Amino acid sequence: MAEYARPADWPDVPLVDTDVHITPRSLGALSPHLPARWRDYVRESGVASLESDLYPPRSPLSAIPGAKPADGPPASDPDLLRTQLLDPWRLDVAVTHCIYGIDGIHNPDWADAMARALNDWQHAEWLAGDPRLRGSVVVAAQDPARAAAEIDRVGDRPEFVQVLLPVRMRAPLGTRAFWPIYAAAERHGLALAVYAGGASGQPITPVGAPSYYLEEYVGLAQAFQAQVVSLVCEGVPVRFPALTVVLVESGFTWLPPLMWRLDKNWKGLRREVPWVDRLPSEMIRASFRLTAQPLDAPPDEPARLLEVLDRLGSDRMLMFATDYPHHQFDDPAHAAPAGLSADAMARFLGGNAIATYRLEVPSRAR
Amino acid sequence: MLVDCDIHNELTPGALQPYLSPRWRAYDQTYGGRADGGFAYPKGAPRAARADAWPPSGLPPGADLEFLREQHLDPYDVRYGVLNCLTTACREQNPGYAAALCRAVNEWQVAEWLEKEPRLRAGIVVPYEDAALAAAEIDRAAAHPGFVQVLLLVRTDEPLGRGRYRPIFEAAVRNGLPVGIHFGGGRGRNPLTASGWPSFYVEDHTAMAQAFQAQVVSLVVEGVFEELPDLRVVLIEGGFGWLPSLMWRMDKHWARLADEVPHLTRAPSAYVREHFWVTTQPVEEPPDPRDLLAVFDNMGGTDRIMFSTDYPHWDFDDPRRALRVKLPEEVRTQIFGGNALALYGLP
Amino acid sequence: MTAHVVGTTDEIGPGQRKIVEIDGRSIGVFNVGGRYYALRNTCPHAGARLCEGTLSGLVTSGAPGEYSYAREGEILRCPWHGWEFDVTTGRSWFDPARTRVRAYETSIDAGVESGYRPGPYVAETYPVEVQRAYVVVHV
Repeated sequence: MAEYARPADWPDVPLVDTDVHITPRSLGALSPHLPARWRDYVRESGVASLESDLYPPRSPLSAIPGAKPADGPPASDPDLLRTQLLDPWRLDVAVTHCIYGIDGIHNPDWADAMARALNDWQHAEWLAGDPRLRGSVVVAAQDPARAAAEIDRVGDRPEFVQVLLPVRMRAPLGTRAFWPIYAAAERHGLALAVYAGGASGQPITPVGAPSYYLEEYVGLAQAFQAQVVSLVCEGVPVRFPALTVVLVESGFTWLPPLMWRLDKNWKGLRREVPWVDRLPSEMIRASFRLTAQPLDAPPDEPARLLEVLDRLGSDRMLMFATDYPHHQFDDPAHAAPAGLSADAMARFLGGNAIATYRLEVPSRAR
Repeated sequence: MLVDCDIHNELTPGALQPYLSPRWRAYDQTYGGRADGGFAYPKGAPRAARADAWPPSGLPPGADLEFLREQHLDPYDVRYGVLNCLTTACREQNPGYAAALCRAVNEWQVAEWLEKEPRLRAGIVVPYEDAALAAAEIDRAAAHPGFVQVLLLVRTDEPLGRGRYRPIFEAAVRNGLPVGIHFGGGRGRNPLTASGWPSFYVEDHTAMAQAFQAQVVSLVVEGVFEELPDLRVVLIEGGFGWLPSLMWRMDKHWARLADEVPHLTRAPSAYVREHFWVTTQPVEEPPDPRDLLAVFDNMGGTDRIMFSTDYPHWDFDDPRRALRVKLPEEVRTQIFGGNALALYGLP
Repeated sequence: MTAHVVGTTDEIGPGQRKIVEIDGRSIGVFNVGGRYYALRNTCPHAGARLCEGTLSGLVTSGAPGEYSYAREGEILRCPWHGWEFDVTTGRSWFDPARTRVRAYETSIDAGVESGYRPGPYVAETYPVEVQRAYVVVHV
């Protein structure tokens, strides 16, 4: 593996990492942020962890070498994040998110308490400690009204730039029951981030649960495809025009053919969803952004990747990401498509994220 | 010359009665079908049919052989048409009833279609959720030369690579038949998406491509093609624009996770290129039609792409208009017939 | 431009249509609330016989979950892929500027004057009566 650092030949432009995982050292790390009733509930019911099983801890995809601190899982130590990611990549901003199994909790009140605790924990332990860090508001969509209340509670803290929901939900994301969450996000100028994960309990494929982890990870792309279709067809971009949807760790080479298929179907079936008053692809280009890892394209054939980018029809959509601590590339040079124009490269590395999250990036005297 | 790889012949009420044993005829009349309980999305048109495909005879679209000849086989110069009979028979919950119905469907296909029209071929309808019964039906029906493939619907109860389905693929290989996987299937078991049921038919139709992707991943990653190197699979009415991205994604993550699937000896995309065929309809319509050529290139060539119309359904692709990009003559010949002749062993 | 008599007004009543052949072109003539419109019978998308499609209304929406339904009988849906065209203009709903079907001028005339080129409707076989007039398509 080449040195995990910003490639020397990248231009000296703002660099924003839009996919950085953070996680508590243990469930106990949240205790100080939980009301006593829920702190004791956790202890008395023997809950050990809510860590997602989507990333088997020893899987070679789950962590780059050296990302696991002695006393916790990968991405649980702010100092390690600084020395392994923020400094060597010379990041201006890292947009973090904590994927913890809140969404799988059946008890909506406990889920809400855990979400609040996670927000206070990440704010205190991570976001307040380094000006380069931004965070994602965790909400329990089990009770959308209370999720919206939580967004109202923390959404104006400048460290938070988006609201986080998993791609695997109990119902498609376009479902109107979730709209109070989107209204709250829009109200506070936050994006909606949809991350690769979720514990909805439903099979990840339309044909049931697959046998292998490889299938499940590959299958996340199909889960994202379905959510794009749902959000567009239900009219979320129409109802919430200021809301940007960021697909995190989704891959993106599947998007052009999805737009072709959805556009084609819309031309014949749009009466069913008359609020979709433009080509779905136009809506997708205007409202959706994607983080770049995993970059699902042949690494040794950059021309094919450039063709895909061309077919996206916009150089404002794709945002640089490492997916730290996940091991998506051996050579940091592969973290960006080769052959982008200078303008497109600057947008990819930072410009698109700055626009999406309305970031103020300090002047770059180096 | 055209080989149309997806034509639908339609059952009419009572059509199967002569082909059912007294026991299953009685069951059919008393209990009838219970195919997983969910509600189907109303289609863009009645019976999902072209508005102009209703025969003057009063039969439903796809049920009148004479009208099929007149409206489709003759004017489009169809040399062969592959019938994929869409019926809930294949996914009835009672396995014995499902098997009896499937057998009846196949006998009906022989008597009413294959024996009456030499240009037609058909897929063997099988009760695929019970693989032993399905394999027995394949072994029985494959004797008729008009059957050129085994027909499954894409939305199965479990991913098709899982062991419970292996007897179907073994039987197909044993009988020298490809396995066709067609749009459609379950509506009450696994939700269509990883997050449950969408609201609209436009989503249902669009998201069906994700079910196809899941089946490709499952068949490849479970190592079915290592076990059955002669197995050929045809993806019917699933589109194909998504296939390059899926091959890239599988390869990328297999490279990192290969130790989980040591039974794979090659990159996943290599199995896809060797074992999968696709039919074209509903063909993707990129704003720049030349992008289709790039998709073909990213798929690894045009020798596995077979034209299909989906007659008589509303999302019909017209052979004269559907591929709006200029193809080299030899590629056109492959896609519109040559590939299918080779795959199905047709003269 | 030549005028072609294609039928009589009482033959193509409100909500009805007649498909005729003019100079080798198939053309659909529609009566929408007493006004006549003529469209080329070929969908610009995939070539289907457009004028055999379903006549319906226009579904629009002010916001997700809200439907308004207007112009009943003025929207022609292609019999294949369901693309919608405005019968009165030939323009498609989703791309009116570029995706459109040729629309022809129509008129109603009380009688056939000299200089009219007979269309497929042969005037002699339909004697002029007081209560009906000819539908004329200008191609």
